Amino acid sequence: MLERFPITQYINEEGELVRQDIKEGLSLDLIKIFYEKMLRARMMDKKCVNLQRQGRIGTYVQYEGQEAAQVGSALAIEEGDWMFPSYRDHAATMTFGHSLRNLLLYWVGRIEGGIPPEGKNIFPPAVPIASQLLHATGAAWAEKKKNTDRVSLVYFGDGATSEGDFHEGLNFASVFKAPVVFFNQNNGYAISVPTEKQMNSKTIAQKGLGYDIPSIRIDGNDILAVFMETQKAVERARSGEGPTLIEAVTWRYGAHTTADDPSKYRDQSESDRRRTTTDPLLRLERYLKQQNSWDEEWLASIEQKITDEINTALAEMDDVPEAEIEQLFNHVFEKPTWTIEQQREHHMSIKRGQV
Amino acid sequence: MTTAVQVKKLTMVQAVTDAMRTMLEEDESVLVLGEDVGINGGVFRATDGLIGQFGEDRVIDTPLAESGIVGTSIGLAVNGFRPIVEMQFLGFIYPAFNQLMTHATRMRQRSMGRFTVPMVVRAPYGAGVKAPEIHSDSVEALFTHIPGLKVVVPSNAYDAKGLLIASIEDPDPVLFLEPMRSYRSSRTEVPEEKYSIELGKAAYVKKGHDVTVLTWGAMVSDTVKAVEKYEEKYEATCDVIDLRTLYPLDKDVIAESVRKTGRAVIVHEAPSAGGVNGDVISVINDTAFFYLKAPIQKVTGFDTPVPVYSLEREYLPSSDKIIHAINMTLSY
Repeated sequence: MLERFPITQYINEEGELVRQDIKEGLSLDLIKIFYEKMLRARMMDKKCVNLQRQGRIGTYVQYEGQEAAQVGSALAIEEGDWMFPSYRDHAATMTFGHSLRNLLLYWVGRIEGGIPPEGKNIFPPAVPIASQLLHATGAAWAEKKKNTDRVSLVYFGDGATSEGDFHEGLNFASVFKAPVVFFNQNNGYAISVPTEKQMNSKTIAQKGLGYDIPSIRIDGNDILAVFMETQKAVERARSGEGPTLIEAVTWRYGAHTTADDPSKYRDQSESDRRRTTTDPLLRLERYLKQQNSWDEEWLASIEQKITDEINTALAEMDDVPEAEIEQLFNHVFEKPTWTIEQQREHHMSIKRGQV
Repeated sequence: MTTAVQVKKLTMVQAVTDAMRTMLEEDESVLVLGEDVGINGGVFRATDGLIGQFGEDRVIDTPLAESGIVGTSIGLAVNGFRPIVEMQFLGFIYPAFNQLMTHATRMRQRSMGRFTVPMVVRAPYGAGVKAPEIHSDSVEALFTHIPGLKVVVPSNAYDAKGLLIASIEDPDPVLFLEPMRSYRSSRTEVPEEKYSIELGKAAYVKKGHDVTVLTWGAMVSDTVKAVEKYEEKYEATCDVIDLRTLYPLDKDVIAESVRKTGRAVIVHEAPSAGGVNGDVISVINDTAFFYLKAPIQKVTGFDTPVPVYSLEREYLPSSDKIIHAINMTLSY
């Protein structure tokens, strides 16, 4: 299966272009945009980890190391399409237009954090594992029924492929030819359980075979491979050819969450090694250097721009008034039931000291 | 005005079909999905003829995967459709519990109203039709406990059509439980035109003075029969109330009746522990405590799995047990 599903790469670890056929579409401007988007995601992630350490946000789920997989795929869809993230995919959602303010609010436990900007179809992150594959399939199926060319892009990890909903999602999408792109980030671990204990199969891509879904394996740390191959899958979906399964092989440098200690179950020196070898940002830096296009001033200017953006978001987070108690009771139903009304009134009257 | 309303005598399952046909005709966004609902017309024929009339784009035979059916229906519902999902039996819904609990019923609040799930899950349920194991489970209380879900149970054809139409028109997820034992046990006059019955409203099946008997689903007709037997033999008379919606309960009708009679008996075929009887008792406690003349009695199934059919008659609340409970509350 490893031969059948080779890992597609466009730029290798040394920053060399290994596929000449894309050279025309590969402008330095585009590479710089990719770099900037990934740097933005990485800086935001680092900031969130720091905020958690300072106790300013709650338990946080980091993605450092997976920027190419998330940013590259998110750039392959457009406004009007649908995105279904898991809890580790804020690099994807912020690239697709989720505001940094709401991203931060999500991690301070605010409902507002799950709400995308107007016009952006981004679901709140799915916390159960693999359940979102079905929502993506259903929403994509709805677009097909409405005769549009809109698609769904759904994210999930390697552990998710053990869940029934992964298989049900692929099966439904295949049967109904739903325009959905299943984007797997195989980072090697489902919390502490390594891939080889998760599945006996050598690849995740091969699981698509059982559903007659075209499936590919790509270098998830190579943003060019991610962007180009996701774009192809999106185009397939748009033109009515149905779903695609993409396995993006990647690595999370850090822990599963800020509450997890990865040194218990894996050798963290692997992460140190990867920072100097497979890192998605380093790879583009090397490429740009080889093209004599690396520019420290440019880097400093985008770092400053991103820092400003994050600081603005942080100030917005701090400025948000406390959550209104009413939020507990609102939006459970369009019209609250009498039980909820009664509970609200009782709770509020005690808060007001009237009882 | 003397406009004649066209009325037909229908079984409950025919009324369920009639409600879906009415809504499929009226609203392009309504879909029917499930296992065997298309060509086969459903194992109980609840969707009989719908695929012929509306086509396979709207009446959809799905793969055999309950979580898949409910999960994709969430996506369809969020994106402009109104899916009516058929679970072949309520006892088969367990694989879909996760989708209902963690997504369908939370989507509105998690997105502060941005994404909503106007979906109905229909499920035949209950004992008494000699079905194999698991098929007869009566687990309505699992679902009244899920915030964000309404739970509706008709007991006759007229209510089935009106309640199902209201459920389909509801902007939030509704679990619509169809007592299998009542599917074909009687016929009721059902108007051909569209009508709906507001969710959350109970109905008086009969009126009396001395005891309130509260029940739902297939136990309504069993309860009425038991009460008739009782009233033939004894002096006292009973209110019999069909709750029709188990979440939210109709506190006004429960309060009105129990305040009048001062005595209450709850009859349901589901296991007692954690059952809906507890919610009904809570409503009585809140609204009619000082009117009570006796402890509230309950007649329920056992805290055992619903048995295979050789023992299901032993499991279901009998006339004798209902009569015994009425006597208990009156002789207190």
